[in-house]
Amino acid sequence: MTAESTDPGQGQALGRPAAAAALTGDSTAEDMATLTRNSSVYVYEVPVRLWHWINAAAILVLCMTGYLIGSPPPSLEAAEATHQFFFGYIRFAHFAAGMIMTVGFFGRIYWSFVGNSHSRQLFRLPLLNRKWWSEVWDEAKWYAFLKKRPKKYVGHNPLAQIAMFFFMTVGMSFMILTGFALYSEGVGRGSLIDRIFGPLLDLVGGSQMMHQIHHLGMWAIVIFIIIHIYAAIREDIMSRQSMVSTMISGTRTFKDDDPN
Amino acid sequence: MAEEMDLAQIETFYDVMRSQGITRRSFMKYCALTASALGLGPALVPKIAHAMETKPRTPVIWVHGLECTCCSESFIRSAHPLAKDVVLSMISLDYDDTLMAAAGHAAEAAMMDTIERYKGNYILAVEGNPPLNEDGMFCISGGKPFVEKLKMAAKDAKAVISWGACASYGCVQAAKPNPTQATPVHKVITDKPIIKVPGCPPIAEVMTGVITYMLTFDRLPELDRQGRPAMFYGQRIHDKCYRRPHFDAGQFVEKWDDDNARKGYCLYKMGCKGPTTYNACSTIRWNEGLSFPIQSGHGCIGCSEDGFWDHGTFYDRVTDLTQFGVERNADQIGMAAAGVVGGAVAVHAAVSALKSAQHKAQKSSTSQNEEA
Repeated sequence: MTAESTDPGQGQALGRPAAAAALTGDSTAEDMATLTRNSSVYVYEVPVRLWHWINAAAILVLCMTGYLIGSPPPSLEAAEATHQFFFGYIRFAHFAAGMIMTVGFFGRIYWSFVGNSHSRQLFRLPLLNRKWWSEVWDEAKWYAFLKKRPKKYVGHNPLAQIAMFFFMTVGMSFMILTGFALYSEGVGRGSLIDRIFGPLLDLVGGSQMMHQIHHLGMWAIVIFIIIHIYAAIREDIMSRQSMVSTMISGTRTFKDDDPN
Repeated sequence: MAEEMDLAQIETFYDVMRSQGITRRSFMKYCALTASALGLGPALVPKIAHAMETKPRTPVIWVHGLECTCCSESFIRSAHPLAKDVVLSMISLDYDDTLMAAAGHAAEAAMMDTIERYKGNYILAVEGNPPLNEDGMFCISGGKPFVEKLKMAAKDAKAVISWGACASYGCVQAAKPNPTQATPVHKVITDKPIIKVPGCPPIAEVMTGVITYMLTFDRLPELDRQGRPAMFYGQRIHDKCYRRPHFDAGQFVEKWDDDNARKGYCLYKMGCKGPTTYNACSTIRWNEGLSFPIQSGHGCIGCSEDGFWDHGTFYDRVTDLTQFGVERNADQIGMAAAGVVGGAVAVHAAVSALKSAQHKAQKSSTSQNEEA
């Protein structure tokens, strides 16, 4: 028997209202009230989960096709050039995935206004909140192996929130802006997309430079993917709450009912 | 009034053409060709003809700063509008130290005379740019720094044409580290309408086309965001490239001497800058429409783009980022960073597993002790 398995009855007896004050993350009193009845909280609503997986698929397609657009695969000679659109389809996939990602991103921003409190985490960092900063520090210590037991979080832990804000909210905005600036070149000067995004080309010093920084942006997102997948799996195994399945079912389950 | 008198004294284009033995039939052909070169359609042919017949030739002062004269070389080879001597007679080229017969004090006097007589009515064409370092001493023209001559000539000009990459963006002499501080014209002359005609050199027909447009309609052609004539710089080389179907098909030249090069496949992998370069090479082409770089088997080097010397090699598609101080491109930098992060994640995962195992071992030993 390990010490982790605690008696559920004992938790009930402790009295939840007092424990609610000690909760970490962005959990609300309502979340806590749910926890007194169940061992799980509904965190990610359907649109959030749907967006997450569509976005993940779009980013996967964008990274792969984007890399190939910069460094094309070996020449293909299946047919006459007239009847072959191989590289054209790679570019088409990139543009289509980019459009889907952009629409999804706007949908996600909309949901941060109408969805539950957890849906706002991606777009708003509580920089003035002292408690949040202490939790950032706490989480950093957990990742630096200086702490034996992490805190429990209903939504994203503060470190994850920071990473997602900078790599997804800021990073994706950057990729959408630079991506549409590049796309505007194909659509043509004087088009609506050119009038909106075209001036960015002059701002960064031309089309070639825009291509370069769009590439760098992709690698920033690749780095995020590595960290994100690692952290999600690690948290799922080592933290005190569910992680991977939460993005499928939407519910966060807890492995213990110790509120601290 | 005096100005009008002076302008009336100059012959019209038509007069000059007829005096040089150009028939009216040839003249009308020229007008039609010019109209189609400018994308204007047949209805405007009579308008061009009328303007040529009645308008006095616009005086042009053509000055040369830090440059290689390739713009002039290109210009004198223009085929449509009419080439060579006729083109040089179309405008009243009152001063051009490379092409004019006069030299020395006589030449400088001709320039001063034009400035005085046609105040506010002449066009200043600038080939090359002024270096500003050491008070402009890196380019002396007529015994004075070129920057002074440029400012003086621009003061009373109606408009300024920046010929070529030098005048428009700075070109090779402004490439990093730019020791002479060569500066494009629009950063020195800020109070005049400036039309940029970039390229190294610009296409001959683009140069004469711009001048013809300005004479015919007495205004600048429509300019894009960067101040280039939209009719010639509105599309990329890539958009009208005859090798584009090979690009879309994914058929590329892989090496300079491979079979694909012989077949005329797309030069994208060889570093062609056609997809990032705005110019009319793939439509108007060069030497009377004979060819252009891509047609002759070499990728576009992007010579009409701002700072094209500083954008890395001409022979890679993803070029090096000099900003990082190392010769690496965006993908190499990104891959290295991703590799470092991936390695760090692997180490972190290993330590996590060890710590977790250690933790469990300790716990089981303590619980065993308790049981005991």
